[in-house]
Amino acid sequence: MNRFEYFEPATLAEAVALLGRCNGKASLLAGGTDLLVEMKEHLRRPDYVINIKQIPGMEELSYDAKAGLRFGALVTSRAIEISPVVQEKYPGLAQAVRELGSIQVRNRATVVGNICRASPSADTLPPLIADGASARIYGPAGERVVLLEEFFTGPGQTVLKPDELVTEITIPPPPPRTGRIYIKHGRRKAMELATVGVAISLTLEGDTCREVRIALGAVAPTPIRAKRAESLLRDQVIDDRLIETAARAARDESRPIGNVRSSAGYRRQMVEVLTRRAIKQAVETAR
Amino acid sequence: MKQVIRVTINGEARELAVEPYRSLLDVLRNEAGLTGTKKGCDVGDCGACTVILDGKPVNSCLVLGVEVKNCEIVTIEGLQPGPDRLHPLQENFIKYGGAQCGFCTPGVIMMAKALLDENPDPTEAEIRFGLAGNICRCTGYTKIVEAIQATARQLNGQGDA
Repeated sequence: MNRFEYFEPATLAEAVALLGRCNGKASLLAGGTDLLVEMKEHLRRPDYVINIKQIPGMEELSYDAKAGLRFGALVTSRAIEISPVVQEKYPGLAQAVRELGSIQVRNRATVVGNICRASPSADTLPPLIADGASARIYGPAGERVVLLEEFFTGPGQTVLKPDELVTEITIPPPPPRTGRIYIKHGRRKAMELATVGVAISLTLEGDTCREVRIALGAVAPTPIRAKRAESLLRDQVIDDRLIETAARAARDESRPIGNVRSSAGYRRQMVEVLTRRAIKQAVETAR
Repeated sequence: MKQVIRVTINGEARELAVEPYRSLLDVLRNEAGLTGTKKGCDVGDCGACTVILDGKPVNSCLVLGVEVKNCEIVTIEGLQPGPDRLHPLQENFIKYGGAQCGFCTPGVIMMAKALLDENPDPTEAEIRFGLAGNICRCTGYTKIVEAIQATARQLNGQGDA
């Protein structure tokens, strides 16, 4: 690790002032499971490291039937994984964190860190986007709230300004008869980065699909919605043929690259396979 | 610039002077003199450096030393109930051949300890899921799993494994 100056601000205002003074040369430290690896591998050499774990009020996770789920920037992925309300209402997210790193990693890694790192293959992003999550952002000008699907601008790039930080994530409550699924595809069962990740949140009314969001991970510079696939399903009675058509549409909406984990063509093909599976499972759960 | 931190390691209050850019793993090994915790990959993949921090298993290579102010840490050295006595996990790793070269063993045992603390009667699948972050290149894991199952039976009072 390179030598850096270390700060432990006690308040958000102090953290943001520090970020401003450090002029883009600071890294925020929450879980540290990504930052420390990148510093050890010399991918990042921050002059300053700002540990935000002493800032009060960002460790809570709560659920309200009207407001939905909210959790602070210091909530670990393990806390999300073992939360009964997340398992019940947000099973796609629960599945995603279950497959993120190891228990040792999840005991440190925060979901907000996974979000702000903005890796195209990050496991929590597709289910958060499919579930309609928003990020609360704190900065010198005050607070703003951004829908997570509008948060990412490229690999490792977000709408965050250098002196802003995400303090909280909120996810609306699921309507009745909603199925939520995340399917990760990798080369091994654990300790793996996603080759393709597909998340869906699908709500039925009778036999008709009333609302649906499909989010794809690791197949574009940012996680993306498969909006054409969604529009094929919305307000329709879902049968096997429609599922096939929607899955092909999702495949065509993906824009993957080929890399060490998979070729682009294989990724596209797996988008179709996993989207088909995800829709089927979501419909079964919603019924 | 070094910072002085107060931390409880294996029940003992310690005061350590640490540079902010040193990992907890390096602090344990080099400053606290506890070399039982091993450095394998140093980037959170292998689990050899697993310690229990405030009751939770973590990779000590992915924690900064300065982050553990006022925390409680248990390392493999803190597991033995007395100088001449082994923890049941240690006994069973010997009995069942759960250790071969031994390099992963401190991390595996600390993870197994955390696992049994949380879930005293795990299934084989739960043990394997829990150990996903601990790599062993010798045993093929079967004997590790058997040693943990035997320990669980023993701790639950179902005979001596």
